[in-house]
Amino acid sequence: MKSRRSGERLLQGSEAVAEAALRAGCRFFAGYPITPATEIAEIMSVRLPAVNGTFIQMEDEIASMGAIIGASLAGTKSMTATSGPGFSLMQENLGYAIMAEIPCVVVNVMRGGPSTGLPTMPSQGDVMQARWGTHGDHPILVLSASTVRECYDFTLRAFNLSEEFRIPVILLLDEIVVHMREKVALPPEGEALTVERPRPRVPPEWYIPYEDTPAGIPAMADFGEGYRYHVTGLAHDIRGFPTERPDEIGPLMARLFGKISQRMADIHSGDFYQTEDAGIVIIAYGSVARTARRSVRILRERGIQAGLLKLNTLWPFMRKAVESLLPTARILVVPEMNVGQISREVKRVNQGRARVVGVNKMDGTLITPDEILERVMEIV
Amino acid sequence: MTTEVTKLIHKYLRHDKKFPHVWCPGCGIGIILGSLIRAIDRTGLEKNDVVLVSGIGCSGRLPVYVDFNTLHTTHGRALTFATGIKLAKPRLKVIVIMGDGDAVAIGGNHFIHAARRNIDLTAIIVNNGIYGMTGGQYSPTTPYGMTSTTSRYTNIEHAFYIAELAVTAGAAFVGRGTVFHVAMLDSLMEKAFMKQGFSVVEVVSHCHTYYGKLNRMGDAVEMLKWQRDHAVPIGAAGLAPLDGEPAGYSSSRFVPWFTGPAGSASDSGRTMPPPPDKFTIGVLADRDMPAYEEEYEKIRKRAREAEEK
Repeated sequence: MKSRRSGERLLQGSEAVAEAALRAGCRFFAGYPITPATEIAEIMSVRLPAVNGTFIQMEDEIASMGAIIGASLAGTKSMTATSGPGFSLMQENLGYAIMAEIPCVVVNVMRGGPSTGLPTMPSQGDVMQARWGTHGDHPILVLSASTVRECYDFTLRAFNLSEEFRIPVILLLDEIVVHMREKVALPPEGEALTVERPRPRVPPEWYIPYEDTPAGIPAMADFGEGYRYHVTGLAHDIRGFPTERPDEIGPLMARLFGKISQRMADIHSGDFYQTEDAGIVIIAYGSVARTARRSVRILRERGIQAGLLKLNTLWPFMRKAVESLLPTARILVVPEMNVGQISREVKRVNQGRARVVGVNKMDGTLITPDEILERVMEIV
Repeated sequence: MTTEVTKLIHKYLRHDKKFPHVWCPGCGIGIILGSLIRAIDRTGLEKNDVVLVSGIGCSGRLPVYVDFNTLHTTHGRALTFATGIKLAKPRLKVIVIMGDGDAVAIGGNHFIHAARRNIDLTAIIVNNGIYGMTGGQYSPTTPYGMTSTTSRYTNIEHAFYIAELAVTAGAAFVGRGTVFHVAMLDSLMEKAFMKQGFSVVEVVSHCHTYYGKLNRMGDAVEMLKWQRDHAVPIGAAGLAPLDGEPAGYSSSRFVPWFTGPAGSASDSGRTMPPPPDKFTIGVLADRDMPAYEEEYEKIRKRAREAEEK
């Protein structure tokens, strides 16, 4: 659907994800059919082999996650796409990728839950699962998109962050964003920035695979390039060998968290819309951010000073962005297609300063501008 | 002989890894590690091109000692990681070492699907019929009627026959050996490493620490003698040699090991089944089929042609 004039195309969210992954240099996709994420796998199965990449349909999502970690270790950028039930199965190996610091991208197109739930209907119920779904204390990066163009941009960004920080990055989308078609102009070939993981610049005999560095991100050698090292999900020393010594485990855990926390400002991304003077600020993400934006316009038309903070980074939570609203905001409205998973984070940061109210829906339908307005007018 | 061994140790064991290893004295895994090193040495594979992948359990600890690209993954998932490595870099020789619980309980689905795909990996499965690392619980290969720490009143489940499972799931090469028959084990591994496609070597081993103790089978030496007395080479079992057989699964080789409903699977009438408490060792399947990576090249070609149109 390419327009002759401007390079504009009518794209579905899932197509944008696939296009961006290919642009980012993704050459390996492993997945398992699941609604509403299957289109991404279907597109990748057609496109990847043509660019010398590999698509494989695995026996389940556990296997899909294992396969993308393996491919990444061999030096190939890799991804998978799934929805809630599959995302649950991926948690085990997701934790492995965090511990062993293997870059990879996981797209979770959220549908209603729990369990089989609502396969064809939208939800934002996996926000906390994305944060804490795998066992043990760990850092994680989670992005969210609300337009087709953002599906493209944030998929690209997910790969870049993953490579830069050697951490799996989760792109949380929802059924609406992925199945929606919009007219988008994609950046021209060569214009999109792509990042490669740090690779060793020393000969193999000097290479220390989990060495601390100023950024806390050790260089990662591809398997099969002469750097014969050990990778494990066990707590390990700087050489990658299992350890039970507290003086080695402590620094490992500190480095895993530190590499993210010292670069929070670069990881956080959000859009402020008319928040400068806003007494009422809506904090939203994903497809709900679209209705929230409409609500802000209507409220402004009614003479109410409202604004929107759209969260593009969900985890680590954008504490500073929320704090920056507090000098003017009296009311923070957090509409979500879940029981209030982000509103609790907002409350934690807010510490009782503004009034925090949720607009929560779990019936498989999108929150409408009217529903947000109704809630706001009740309070005002 | 001694200098040869020293040379192999020097060449293949990691110099910067602190020994001693984690295994109990008398464990069969050391013998398997020895076979693995000798077989790799014989194939002439470069250390840089070998990836050794493991899951969780006693066998999971094997790769850390060896100077290859080594990956210690999650429980039962080793084959999935190995699949990703192999497809991303087909020139690498990817060897996966698993235990019986690892390969056919928690990882059973991955195992049959890797065999079905005929992906070019070698799976070495250490079958000691018990979960050793967690302290002797029954596994999918613990024979009926045996005791474990979770079957104190005896095991009422029936065992999987790993090699036979691999044959029926579609593996290109399947062998079974024991840690007693070391020369045969060396040769089975070498054949498996050289085979294009999914190759499996089931190694009947012993866990004298738990299985032996709980079932009064004696120490490591006694259990090795048990293997000697109960393993029947495929030729000696009266089974026809593999050469000249039509490619594919041969029901005459389906001989369950240990105790259980043995012998009943022999339906061809052309061979004598071994006695019920025996198991066969040797090559159970060796068939030439295109490996997954080879087939995938066709997909790449078709995709390129479709894009050009």
